[in-house]
Amino acid sequence: MADVGRHPRIRLLTLSEVVDVKGYVGNFKVKIIKKARYVDEKSCTACGDCVTVCPVVRPDEFNMGLGSRKAIYTPFPQAIPSSYLINAKECLGHNPAVCSKCVEVCAKGCINFHMSDEEIIEEVGTIIVATGLTPYDPTEMDEYGYTRFANVLTSLEFERLVNAGGPTKGGMIRPSDRNQPKSVGFIQCVGSRSATKGGHYCSNICCMNTVKATLIIKEHYPDVEVKVFYIDIRAFGKGFEDLYTRSRRLGAQYIRGLPGSVEETENGSLRVAVENGATGKLEFHELDMLILAQGMKPAPSTQRLQEIMGLQLTSDGFYLEAHPKLQPVDAATRGIFFAGCAEGPKDIKESVTQASAAAMRAIRLMHKGEITAEPITSTIIADKCKACGKCAEVCPYNAISVDVKAKKPAVVNSASCAGCGTCSAECHFDAISMNHFTDAQIMGQVDSMLKTAPESKILAFACNWCSYAGADYAGVSRLQYPANVHLIRVMCSGRVDEKFIWDGFRQGAPVILVSGCHIGDCHYIDANHWTQKRVDRIRKKMEKIGLRPERLQLEWISAAEGIRFAATMQRMEVLRQSVTAEELAETQSVLSKL
Amino acid sequence: MSKIPPVKPVEQEPRIGVYVCHCGLNIAQSVDCVKVAAEAADVADVVVAKDIVYACSEPGQQQIKQDILDNDLNRVVIASCSPRLHEPTFKKMLDSVGCNPYLLDMANLREQCSWVHMNDRDGATAKAETLVNMAISRVRHLEPLYEDTLPLTPKTLVIGGGVAGIQAALDLADSGYEVTLVEKGPSIGGVMAQLDKTFPTMDCSI
Repeated sequence: MADVGRHPRIRLLTLSEVVDVKGYVGNFKVKIIKKARYVDEKSCTACGDCVTVCPVVRPDEFNMGLGSRKAIYTPFPQAIPSSYLINAKECLGHNPAVCSKCVEVCAKGCINFHMSDEEIIEEVGTIIVATGLTPYDPTEMDEYGYTRFANVLTSLEFERLVNAGGPTKGGMIRPSDRNQPKSVGFIQCVGSRSATKGGHYCSNICCMNTVKATLIIKEHYPDVEVKVFYIDIRAFGKGFEDLYTRSRRLGAQYIRGLPGSVEETENGSLRVAVENGATGKLEFHELDMLILAQGMKPAPSTQRLQEIMGLQLTSDGFYLEAHPKLQPVDAATRGIFFAGCAEGPKDIKESVTQASAAAMRAIRLMHKGEITAEPITSTIIADKCKACGKCAEVCPYNAISVDVKAKKPAVVNSASCAGCGTCSAECHFDAISMNHFTDAQIMGQVDSMLKTAPESKILAFACNWCSYAGADYAGVSRLQYPANVHLIRVMCSGRVDEKFIWDGFRQGAPVILVSGCHIGDCHYIDANHWTQKRVDRIRKKMEKIGLRPERLQLEWISAAEGIRFAATMQRMEVLRQSVTAEELAETQSVLSKL
Repeated sequence: MSKIPPVKPVEQEPRIGVYVCHCGLNIAQSVDCVKVAAEAADVADVVVAKDIVYACSEPGQQQIKQDILDNDLNRVVIASCSPRLHEPTFKKMLDSVGCNPYLLDMANLREQCSWVHMNDRDGATAKAETLVNMAISRVRHLEPLYEDTLPLTPKTLVIGGGVAGIQAALDLADSGYEVTLVEKGPSIGGVMAQLDKTFPTMDCSI
């Protein structure tokens, strides 16, 4: 930790949040807001004189509220940067007339109430997302009485309680009467492996964290009775089974079964009712203190950052990697990598391993000093361009400039063009060719698909990043759906040109699906807004000329939504069966007249 | 990939090679790969159409490369897994024999056919034939493309100062790259800093 603070090549920004990311691999432009610390980071020597005079006492977050701190404080003794900070919401001194005792006592004059939030722009080539986790809050699991009983603690609270640097200097006492408990129980899988509360996934660390806690208790207080209520003990890692064996040898009891209810006795102890899986009998255990082995949830900032950077999440809310086996630290967006619990629950060793892997992947990209850019960009066909300006309006990257007044053909800046193809789809004059996804290439696929027995087939367009990946995920999960679905891959649903749809219907397609990333998740900022508008427009036209608009469907399917993909295909098949031969003949006759 | 224009002039008539991969039994168990390849052989512009046990394997790629050279192929369809998995593999393969890597299309016969229609061999085979036809049609219209090189900023943004962010930042900085480490809280350390002893070594975390 200290190495980070003094490394000449690391710029450390604390109290800071990323609020915007623009650009592309190799050339990201990042906007960061650094909140005011009100204490000069560089001059503060962490002498602590300010703390002694500060009159405001608040619960200490680092110690999970088990201790207290002042309004001017350092989060913990080894904090990096080692400078103090003021919580402005708690401090009385915004109006120095009220307090400002710390200002008076600070010999170096580090405290400055006039400090304000700072906006910082950074230009970087790669980004590593290591936003970590948030521990599961067991309030909703009322059966364990976390909010009702003083001696029911979470594992992180217990961690601070027995920590030598914690509020009790490592002394294990129970909160209600400050006595040393004679028996301690642990309930596993709190917020993990549950279909109803918390996550349905295994949080990976709680079993071993409990085993560790039992060892700490048994080593310091050999006479304390320790009971662990569990479903399975997952001691799968290197050295883990040894630790588990040691815990049992030292006398920790492992009882298979999660308690059904917890009640408080008169002296503040807990009466735990559990069906023992080994005996099949209902048992009652009286314990002086109960620890809930809380699971992991994604960090609160995960979704906000996902939207800013156009990343994907799994259904659990953790970041989705480009490939679960072969690219486990890469995001689907080139130049962005994941490390630690941001990508899924993991322990320290795995986090460190993944972080080193992410650093290596970033270096692999940067070490040449230049990057290759995909040539999947749009090209203006100058003699067809009428300089109407539509393309510039729809481009999410401002990559197209057009002088409408001078009627000069549009110009694409190919370094900024990300290749969504929305401009090409929206151009009324066919004056934009989307490289590698040209009209001829896509319509060739449509024609070829509908050449024989079109009435039996489902035509579906899928964007590369979300819905095509969702279809792949359905495959990996072996979800079965009708075999008449045929996907055409485009980079973005924004590429699906109106004429592809009319062409499909003209050739006898009973139903057509356009699918893309959810609104807000678009890999190309917001290009799928144009998909939505276009589909709405086409459906209105369909209604006007007497075609059932529901034959054109729009569905947002994320890369993790294999189930949704398969279900959508089942629905498309039901819809297809509702289209009769007469209806198809009618459609073709109507469209041939237009 | 090379920026040098391919050896073969691409203006010439399309000469397409089609390879239907068995992927062991992953595809072959629900798709009649031999039939799909035989059907493809009759399509216009297709010069070579074969089924192949593992297209991505070294011998598989070797065979395709040999065919490209022997038959003067200028476009290739690989009907195998998702392009999200092996498109880079086959692009490199084309590049290595002087073909423009963008003159390739993949028909997704595994993730989007054999694995999702496991109990419908006829349906899956018919769909595979259509998917291959669609890919042939697309590959016929493909144009050679050339990658551009752009400058980059040799600097990394690390978001989050927990154990993972710290490790990544140090590895990068120690390798000579500039790093900006952004942490929401007042100190780095994350949840790790709150732990005293850590498993499996039972030593301190900081």
